Amino acid sequence: MAVKGLDIFKLTPKTNCKECGFPTCMAFSMKAATGGVPVEKCPYISEESKELLSEATAPPMKTIKVGSGDTEKALGGETVLFRHEKTLVNKNLFAVELSDAMSDADVDAACATLQKINYDRIGEMMFVEIVAVRFAADAAKFAALVKKVADCGKIPMIVTTDAEVAKAAVAGAGAGAIIMGATKDNAAAMVDVAKAADAVLGVSADSIEALHDLVEEIEKMGYKNLVLNVGETSIKEAYANAVDIRTAAIKGNDRTFGYPSVVFANKLAPANTNLQIALASAFVLRYGSIIVMDEMDFNAALPLFGLRQNIFTDPQKPMRVEPKVYEFNKPTGNDPVLVTVDFALSYFVVAGEIERSKVPAYLAIPDAGGYSVLTAWAAGKFGAGVIANFIKEADVASMTTSRKLILPGKVAVLQGDLAEELPDWEVIVGPNEAMQLPKFLRDMQA
Amino acid sequence: MPYKKAEQKFSGKINVCEIGVGDAAISIGGENSLPFLGTEGFKTAVGIAISDTTDEWADCFKALYGDDLKNPAALAKAAVEKSGADFLLVKLESADPNGADASVESCVATAVAVEAAIDVPLVVEGCKNAEKDAKVLEEVAKALEGKNVVLFSAVEDNYKTIGAAGGMAYGQKVSAESAVDINLAKQLNILLTQLGVKSKDIIMDVGTAAAGYGFEYVASTMDRIRLAGLGQNDESLQMPIMTNVSNEAWGVKEAVSTIEDAPEWGDQEARGIGMEVATASACVVGGSNAIIVRHPESAKTVKALVAGIIG
Repeated sequence: MAVKGLDIFKLTPKTNCKECGFPTCMAFSMKAATGGVPVEKCPYISEESKELLSEATAPPMKTIKVGSGDTEKALGGETVLFRHEKTLVNKNLFAVELSDAMSDADVDAACATLQKINYDRIGEMMFVEIVAVRFAADAAKFAALVKKVADCGKIPMIVTTDAEVAKAAVAGAGAGAIIMGATKDNAAAMVDVAKAADAVLGVSADSIEALHDLVEEIEKMGYKNLVLNVGETSIKEAYANAVDIRTAAIKGNDRTFGYPSVVFANKLAPANTNLQIALASAFVLRYGSIIVMDEMDFNAALPLFGLRQNIFTDPQKPMRVEPKVYEFNKPTGNDPVLVTVDFALSYFVVAGEIERSKVPAYLAIPDAGGYSVLTAWAAGKFGAGVIANFIKEADVASMTTSRKLILPGKVAVLQGDLAEELPDWEVIVGPNEAMQLPKFLRDMQA
Repeated sequence: MPYKKAEQKFSGKINVCEIGVGDAAISIGGENSLPFLGTEGFKTAVGIAISDTTDEWADCFKALYGDDLKNPAALAKAAVEKSGADFLLVKLESADPNGADASVESCVATAVAVEAAIDVPLVVEGCKNAEKDAKVLEEVAKALEGKNVVLFSAVEDNYKTIGAAGGMAYGQKVSAESAVDINLAKQLNILLTQLGVKSKDIIMDVGTAAAGYGFEYVASTMDRIRLAGLGQNDESLQMPIMTNVSNEAWGVKEAVSTIEDAPEWGDQEARGIGMEVATASACVVGGSNAIIVRHPESAKTVKALVAGIIG
């Protein structure tokens, strides 16, 4: 039920006391109606009104915290179905799955791969956040494995429908673990285990209707720290459920489905790494919150983490790369220097083409405000002065003996000014399009 | 309260476009819902890409195709057989004036030989030089009259020649390339229809980027194009989308670096396929009606994904 600002205004004291941080009660009410500020911020609204309103003004999808301390991540909390409508707020998390049925050697090998996938990409560390541990037979070994996962700094996901096994394992899992989980047969017992451990409870059912009923039942038991399994039996059902659950929450205002999802890509495409990558990619775009794979080596991590980083950027803030001098194709101190802007897309296109050329080179990226070449130039953030200052400050002259400086063709107009500011350098106008760089660089090398 | 599906009803419908002839013909498009959410059996066609210039292809393709790599017709046949693809794209890269600058006649001969070697519909990609592509694709359209091929792609600078030759004189399909920009896509579709090309003969090449390389623009452009065509019934954006991810996916360092360049990253072939599969799959759920990849394994995987989602 949508609440209007005026409905909230009627419940405020209308004294404009400013204790909520807003200049007037009206301003506060309008903001609260959009979910921008919790109604609790007003100290004078009565308790029962607050309860009534907080239910009605709560965002359509809950934000669920998993992990704790350094590993803590937020899931869900989305308000739109498509990123261009506003922005997507919480990126999905990736998981790999282990089991107590695996040999110690297999577990160690899997852990080694996990530790290996840990790298920086445009200022963000890329790693697998969650490790699912599936219960097979040995409860003691299972609990030990869950503890090992937690000790390694990963968020454990305890996969069992046996409440006793889950209870024993969650003791060593640390705060914010995920228990996967509740079914119609064990819901009450699982809710007790999750409540006691303050864990996130995963909910699974045979159909989307049954899942809805079960979530309602669990909410009635007083637990709302949930994630929803989109189904493991078929790709068709999992995809349709993921879309339908999110659509119901955002468009249908169905709070029962206002929870993050879990997708077991490993169960949908058993022993098929490439199909798991395909599924993971599809669910990054279409509403998977936790995506579980058999394993995550570089062949899966490089595209999937990159895709996730793209999709969850704020459309209002372009992605930027760090202004500095980048090296390509192992330059040896006598190779030419190219210049472009710090807009991530420009950087990637240029970087890709330099790599493709196989010609060793340096790429100087000054702070150009995160705009594309022509926009930055028009905004005065990519002029001869900016480039010259950067070349001097970064002391590019000490990195290479070459004095060739290649400008993007689109700002050829800067050539004269730049040559004046950098008299030691030969300022060359490069091609208009990055795709012409390989030929350009090779011709220059020849 | 029991679960009630939040239906998204749309008034618009994507055009159906048939490519190829006879038993081999396939049709793409036709949906009146977002990808895979309707009841009309939305199905993405999967194509395999080859080129007349494969010098820079990763080593795994040499192992896969052997000497066929140097012979486009043989390569086309092998690629279709190994991938089970629904159609084939041949890129006439040799035409590039900044590269081999092959003659129009030699490019046309390649396209004709490739068409004769396969029994699936053909898409002919130019070299991305607008002036040369106009000449090459015009002659290709003429030489392959009656084969209902896709000319991939017309841009703002050459749509008149390619549109007139392909879409009107020789009855081919015209793809309109718009480099990840909804306004450009709309404009080019309007220009082509004003020229006289029927909208059912137009396919949109809205462009792509490899996963991790600005794919957010691709995702949002596709979302917006589909929502405009379906939700606002915008007839100038109801053409099916065809996306060739092969050049982008195999052009980024994750796929280009050999195992010697980046030992910690592991097998180059697996990385290239991973990059291609992830990029293609994201396009598939974004709304591409036809998706084109380079590695046969990628084609099989994307086909399995589409088959899985349709069920």
